[in-house]
Amino acid sequence: MQEAVPHIETNDKPALAAPTFVAFVKQDCPTCVLAMPVLREIEELVGRSGGRLEVHVQDDVSFATGISHASDDTALATSYHYNIDTVPTLIRLSGGQEDARVVGWRRSEWQAVTGIPGLGEGLPEYRPGCGSKTMDPGMPTRLKVKYGNTGLASRRIAVPALSDPVETCYERGWTDGLPVVPPTEERMLEMLDGTARAPQEIIGRIPPNLAECTVEKVAINAVMAGCRPEYMPVVLTAIEAALTPAFGLHGVLATTNACTPVVMVNGPIARAIGMNAKGNVFGQGNRANAAIGRTLQLVVRNVGGGRPGEIDRSVFGSPAKYSFCFAEDEDDPRWDSYAVSLGYSPKASTVTVFPGDGITQIIDHISRRPEDLCRSYAGCIRAIYGTGHIIGVQAFLAIAGEHAIVFYDAGWSKAQVREELLGLLKIPVREVVSGRAGLMGLTEEEKSDPDNLVPKFKNGTFNIIRAGGYAGKYSAIIPSIGGRGSIEPVTREIT
Amino acid sequence: MPDNILLDPTAETAAAIAPRLARPSSIAGKTIGLFDIAKMRGDEFLDRLDELLTARGHTVKRYRKKHFTHLAPLELKQHIRSECDFVVEGLAD
Repeated sequence: MQEAVPHIETNDKPALAAPTFVAFVKQDCPTCVLAMPVLREIEELVGRSGGRLEVHVQDDVSFATGISHASDDTALATSYHYNIDTVPTLIRLSGGQEDARVVGWRRSEWQAVTGIPGLGEGLPEYRPGCGSKTMDPGMPTRLKVKYGNTGLASRRIAVPALSDPVETCYERGWTDGLPVVPPTEERMLEMLDGTARAPQEIIGRIPPNLAECTVEKVAINAVMAGCRPEYMPVVLTAIEAALTPAFGLHGVLATTNACTPVVMVNGPIARAIGMNAKGNVFGQGNRANAAIGRTLQLVVRNVGGGRPGEIDRSVFGSPAKYSFCFAEDEDDPRWDSYAVSLGYSPKASTVTVFPGDGITQIIDHISRRPEDLCRSYAGCIRAIYGTGHIIGVQAFLAIAGEHAIVFYDAGWSKAQVREELLGLLKIPVREVVSGRAGLMGLTEEEKSDPDNLVPKFKNGTFNIIRAGGYAGKYSAIIPSIGGRGSIEPVTREIT
Repeated sequence: MPDNILLDPTAETAAAIAPRLARPSSIAGKTIGLFDIAKMRGDEFLDRLDELLTARGHTVKRYRKKHFTHLAPLELKQHIRSECDFVVEGLAD
């Protein structure tokens, strides 16, 4: 009979000359059931030489009945401490330090580690182990928050247990009016798995308050917006693009106009994360589209302090201010995507931010020739902000499937369509809106004859993209204020 | 039951309310900067202010940033601060 030994449930390891063995098991594991008699054998033989065996049970400690040093590890503290991913795991400690470990059941290894020849005679040579409960879905992050060092620097906000964290987010002014996902530490750690960038890396300063924004702050807002971790590279690149001076994020936020940052994604990542480029492309229902665009808005609100009625002076605002994000439809190779036309490789993933108010549809079920379709487009595009408005206006034209076919069938390139439209969008000076100070934004030469023609996009950009469904002869204009040198589209590659 | 812990999504700079600078009892002998943010027709307003102040014998200096959608560069703000006692800035049209 061995002597009674105090029951030990801590990680304090007495300094013993003879080795101490630490085993991790769960009853719900056939290999652990197979190995339990072996553990009893080890306890007896090791005990004779002054050694000791501790068995930590992850589910039901009664599974180890008869073992002197059996511990209930349902809280998984010891399993986490020893970084267990498989049961059974047998660890040998020497002088309190681990010097050998075996996982699953392999007789030769167990014999070698314990130094007990003939151990487990009659058992199969090999049986794989089962997953440790520390590896259950969601458990690694939960345990890291509970027992580890998360490295997260943000202020912790305690919500009383019986209060609703969603309501706390509202009370603190963190939402756009819709509910947000409460940013817990567990969700944050999972979100940060989506990027290799360090949590404390500074992405930039967010207007209007020019507050420093770290990867960690982006991730918190991404959690709240409903992102999955794999969206993080797109989110981070979108924010960096929006912070490029040419985009003029402060102006887009502060203006009385309804415009807001629109996020367009090109390249393989759009497909990889399941973004929508086709039917209902600008609408609801796609998680990546909705959550990525919303994260940018929440970062501006929460980190930058940009809120409606304060620095955001928009007269109307727009539903697009909740989220406006989509992927360009790149499936038909006859037209280069927007990013490829800028010189990016088709294999590159990019994010473009541009200002947009929302959409205005163009319906033309009749035209079958590119010239006719362009005339329909031009009439609608000319009306942006008023038929005589030519300064500080820009637009993206999204051409959907059935309209694109008209151009494809006629062999028209995207550049040809653009050139045709710009040719049609010439406005006589007499029709240009003039203020008290006269025809602002026009040169003296242009003003010299009321029949002179001036471009609709006098100083703003005009671009064509492919997006939308394949049933219905529609296209859509995404209009905005903007102009070269003030508010411009900005594209960044996701690296 | 333990509290739920949330992480603060803000810049954690909830500003203490700063008191306004004391208003001067007189602007006599001071240099006044007029800062045009480049918003349309802001210059008309500032031109008129310039006329009125100059007529009263004040020293007026004019500044302008590149475009109203862009923040004034730090250097420009420092420049104004180094040359003026007060600045009048147009914020909108």
